[in-house]
Amino acid sequence: MSSDLMIARRQRWLSVLAKAPGARLTSLWQGLGARPSYTVLRRPEIGLVMVQGRISGTGAPFCAGEMTVTRAAVRLDSGEMGFGYVRGRDARHAEIVAAVDALGQRADWVEKLEAAIVTPLALEAEARHRLIAARAAATRVDFFTVAREAGA
Amino acid sequence: MYVAVKGGETAIAHSLDLVADKRRGDRDVAELSLDQIDQQLGLAVDRVMTEGSCYDRSLAALAIKQARGDLIEAIFLLRAYRTTLPRFGASEPLDTTRMVAERRISSTFKDVPGGQVLGPTYDYTHRLLDFSLAASGERPEAPTAPADATHALPRVGDILQRDGLLEPPPSNDDGEARDLTRDPLVLPASRPLRLQNLARGDEGFLLALGYSTQRGYGNNHPFVGEIRYGHVPVSFVPEELGFAIEIGEIEVTECDMVNQFAGSHDVPPQFTRGYGLAFGHAERKAMAMALVDRALRADELGEAVTSPAQDEEFVLAHSDNVEGSGFVQHLKLPHYVDFQSELVVVRMLRAEVEKRREQAALAQAAE
Repeated sequence: MSSDLMIARRQRWLSVLAKAPGARLTSLWQGLGARPSYTVLRRPEIGLVMVQGRISGTGAPFCAGEMTVTRAAVRLDSGEMGFGYVRGRDARHAEIVAAVDALGQRADWVEKLEAAIVTPLALEAEARHRLIAARAAATRVDFFTVAREAGA
Repeated sequence: MYVAVKGGETAIAHSLDLVADKRRGDRDVAELSLDQIDQQLGLAVDRVMTEGSCYDRSLAALAIKQARGDLIEAIFLLRAYRTTLPRFGASEPLDTTRMVAERRISSTFKDVPGGQVLGPTYDYTHRLLDFSLAASGERPEAPTAPADATHALPRVGDILQRDGLLEPPPSNDDGEARDLTRDPLVLPASRPLRLQNLARGDEGFLLALGYSTQRGYGNNHPFVGEIRYGHVPVSFVPEELGFAIEIGEIEVTECDMVNQFAGSHDVPPQFTRGYGLAFGHAERKAMAMALVDRALRADELGEAVTSPAQDEEFVLAHSDNVEGSGFVQHLKLPHYVDFQSELVVVRMLRAEVEKRREQAALAQAAE
């Protein structure tokens, strides 16, 4: 796999996994069965990321406020390193993301992870967004014009 | 002579016990869980995250529980907690055009592309107490309608901007914004720094200032160009990776306010803008912030600075409720020595006045 393609795939799974509910990711991860062991390079650490907004949504950036983030790093015995960065303070979530990131770099695991974890979580995220959009759509205003009666 | 006085340890310890007891309240009533606060008092959580300047729903819920619902105290607790954490860096700027919107309205364009989406709003309630909520019971799920979740909502600002009727926002020149939690605030402040100050500023203070501009103290004829509330991903570039990943999704409210501007010798008449952004669903806050942001641009736009909301030093120095509450409430701490010295001075002055009066009376009697 070319390195650009690899980066694009890692971007996708790291993002999908970070945005998934921690408990759901944990259960899919445990459902994988036997997994290669890994060493924790960086124990899950809680910190802050400053969230930037843009003036009027599209202009110069400004600091809007921080958010809590947990990060972790692992290394497989076969050498691949994986990193997890997730919003919030769920240590297990960050560590599993790091482990999946490391395993995903192995040709013998990437498709299995895609099918068992990444695709289901991506579909569930889409479903959550669809429900939000559908509930919002029910509150969209339909304007109608009241025509004057002739001679009024 | 300075005499150190100690005491009160037991009284303080028992006071803390009493606070804990009051927090729990009647033991026959079920204890609140953080999930209940998060789910059922969500707008309180939003306010604490916004003014606590830290997006974390369960931490904000914990702060609210600990503060027994005193939101300013909860904001203080969250601000104190954040100082214990390391900073991993700054996110990529949010792209709110990609928002999965729960609500998007414009009061300038009826037929805005994407439509007027009311979402969850109190605007059309009658503000009558709903006694059915006094009892618990099954509540129906909200209705749905067909929608395209992948469809980005166009911005009202972009539509007006195309015709040159609306000023474009200042563009991104030097990348990452300065951060007033890192560098002290120096006046005059740049607009990004002002916005950071307002974003964490007290909603009540900003509401009063925004209201004052509408009542004529620095009026700039505002219209709501657009308000949107919904979910946006946060992108971040971890240094180990060197590429951007989305590390989570957060809820934000933004308000792009459109204001009349007569023009100057450099700029033809056009509409100007004020901007507000808050964590969670916090429309009143975002609108007040946008009004005050625009008012603070008076100098830049060549308007006379005559009102409190236009006075940068006044607004930025007094917007923070953690600072304000600390300074007001420190008056409760012992000031025994301070007061003793004032007492001595006042007694001395009174004695002098009394003496002068007696002398005047004697002199009058002697005449």
